[in-house]
Amino acid sequence: MDRIKQIYNDEKLLKKLQEDQNLTIEDVLENEMVINMGPQHPATHGVLRLVLRLDGETVVGIVPELGYLHRGYEKMAENMSFIEFIPHTDRLDYLATMCNNVGYVLAVEKLAGIETPKRAQYIRMIVAELSRIAAHLIAIGTFAMDVGAVTMVMWTFREREKVNSIFDRIAGARFTTSYTRIGGVASDIDDQSIAEIAKFLTELEPALVEMDKLMLSNRIFIDRLEGIGILPKEDAIALGVTGPNLRASGVEYDVRRAKPYLFYNEIDFKIPTFTQGDCLARYFQRGDEVRESVKILRQCLDKIPQGEVIANNPKKVLPHKTKIYSKMEELIHDFMIINFGINPPVGDTYFSVENPKGELGFYIVSNGSGQPWKLKIHSPSFCNLQAVSQLCKGAMVSDVVAIIGSLDPVMGEADK
Amino acid sequence: MGLEAVLQKDGFLTTTIDAIVAWSRKSSVWPMPMGISCCAIEMIAAADPKYDIARFGSEVMRFSPRQSDLMIVAGTVTYKMAQVVRRIYDQMPEPKWVIAMGACTSSGGMYRSYSVVQGIDQFLPVDVYTAGCPPRPENLLNALMTIQEKISKTKARDFKNRSLAELEHSQN
Amino acid sequence: MNTKELIIEKIKEKFSESVEEISDFRDDLSITIKKDQIVNLGKFLKEDSDLQFIMCKDVTAIDWATRKKRFTTVYHIYSFKLNYTLRLKSNIDDDPPTIETVTSIWQSANWYERETWDMYGIKFLNHPDLRRMYMPEGFEYHPLKKDFPVLGIPGSLPLPNKAD
Repeated sequence: MDRIKQIYNDEKLLKKLQEDQNLTIEDVLENEMVINMGPQHPATHGVLRLVLRLDGETVVGIVPELGYLHRGYEKMAENMSFIEFIPHTDRLDYLATMCNNVGYVLAVEKLAGIETPKRAQYIRMIVAELSRIAAHLIAIGTFAMDVGAVTMVMWTFREREKVNSIFDRIAGARFTTSYTRIGGVASDIDDQSIAEIAKFLTELEPALVEMDKLMLSNRIFIDRLEGIGILPKEDAIALGVTGPNLRASGVEYDVRRAKPYLFYNEIDFKIPTFTQGDCLARYFQRGDEVRESVKILRQCLDKIPQGEVIANNPKKVLPHKTKIYSKMEELIHDFMIINFGINPPVGDTYFSVENPKGELGFYIVSNGSGQPWKLKIHSPSFCNLQAVSQLCKGAMVSDVVAIIGSLDPVMGEADK
Repeated sequence: MGLEAVLQKDGFLTTTIDAIVAWSRKSSVWPMPMGISCCAIEMIAAADPKYDIARFGSEVMRFSPRQSDLMIVAGTVTYKMAQVVRRIYDQMPEPKWVIAMGACTSSGGMYRSYSVVQGIDQFLPVDVYTAGCPPRPENLLNALMTIQEKISKTKARDFKNRSLAELEHSQN
Repeated sequence: MNTKELIIEKIKEKFSESVEEISDFRDDLSITIKKDQIVNLGKFLKEDSDLQFIMCKDVTAIDWATRKKRFTTVYHIYSFKLNYTLRLKSNIDDDPPTIETVTSIWQSANWYERETWDMYGIKFLNHPDLRRMYMPEGFEYHPLKKDFPVLGIPGSLPLPNKAD
């Protein structure tokens, strides 16, 4: 505590402030400014603090500071069982909540060696792709709002509200759903929900065409984004950037193709890539990924089989609530799983899924008990934000806003 | 502002002026969204065409504290961020109100950990608490309507010196 | 031969005396190596033309609380050519814990090592900018160590005074 007060009473800083009282106009024009683009700012995507060193309007150096939303996820995970952590994974990337749920549950299933039924896998794919569409729509909308085209936010949120009402029907909550469980999903989807998803897809495609017509005929939008924030291919790999940012720089890396999980190897979809690596390429990348997700969803809705939605593995998977209240063995198994946990074998695994922001990975170390010994979250926004200091050097102040919007960080995930 | 504050008696003139001032304040509450995490998305959703906060007078969501009267704190407040939130609250001019949106701001929410402040009322005076994780946009609109009710009961001279005892906490 | 055997053979060729353990759990290969050889191994893995592990995905640490070698640093590296994620581990036994940095090999390890320093207190020697990532600068503890309570230590973080 005292050390914090010491930093604010720094002597060197005081001396420097007193020196500045004798500045003349020539000194001011030669000096560089240090500006704080603080944690509360309409353009930063969440609470990200940037300290910029400016020479006039050009950025000479930039240092991002994170930690304003550090909630202590990894510490809390060590003190709760695997099932209790599922609602916390919702709040990591809070724009695409189903994708996080799916990723975490797949990682735990890999560690514990649990098989899930096919219908549950297809349901997980459907909700993950719907989340991906919702997250990319928000990314495009807020990106356009940051550079000045405010109408896009309203239009993309209108489409997102339809996804939210579908989730409301399937899982009970608009976006922080905690829908998946270890061994399957929490409840089945009915035919009415599938009909609503099909209706949403038919309404989405003309809306995307309309949005494209609005943005791409706007000369200011194109000029503001073209050639800004170019991330070359080797730098993107060296900085650890993943997701649409990496694919817009020319590297064709998608976890759904590289290490297929769920049933993505049975679905036919392309991976869009662009080679320019500037902000406009990242904008187009996200639009194309929405179109690919629509294709994936149509195929999943055709191929979804009938069957169970949760595995029948009494030692590791929670039985259904109706059976717990009426049968003896299910009651005992429920008691053991809730109090003592699923007890996976001793060891460590790393599993990653393709989130809309990049590659979300979970590294779980287990010591045989019901609680993980360590859970590390490899969050894509944290890795993507490392590229900010290189991308913004030499750009203007208003380009910093466009670059951060195109990298699309989410601070709930970057700060864990 | 000076004239009404000086007139201390509750006559016909002062109560009419009070009613007009309270009506104009509650019909044009300009919120300052302190959007920190997931609740911020529901706050933006309350502004989108389906839930439309603009019909309550909150058309402009100004990000500048000097031009707003209501601060909606939406999202988990950590110790590091608490300094920033407090600074921005201090920059808002009187009269000002605070909505604590969601479980994280009301009492720390599901985060019982070393870096999360267990409720923003540890350093800010809160007028309305909203439950939910995140609260639905209709819940936020309900909170806004409660603030409007609260404003309609105030008198114009209340905002010269406001003490803690006058604040009533309304649970949603 | 498949990918795992290729990697194991290449590493055993050059580093057989420093490798402490090679394990294969749930189809994930992880290699434990002595802590002073980690930079040499990393450089070899990146520059070898068959392997080309050019992307560092993650750097983290595990606190074993009661073991003599209390910390283990864990590195996840990825090769586009082989499409394989490899895990490197190295045990740290000195107190206060230190290990050499790998930012000279993979630039992305910069922020990951800063986060590990913030959470565990492991100092990375020759790191260009080792300061705290998440906790404020004056914070005196390292939160993810097993002796730090999850509810925190009251008074370790300042809060503004209650408003009037």
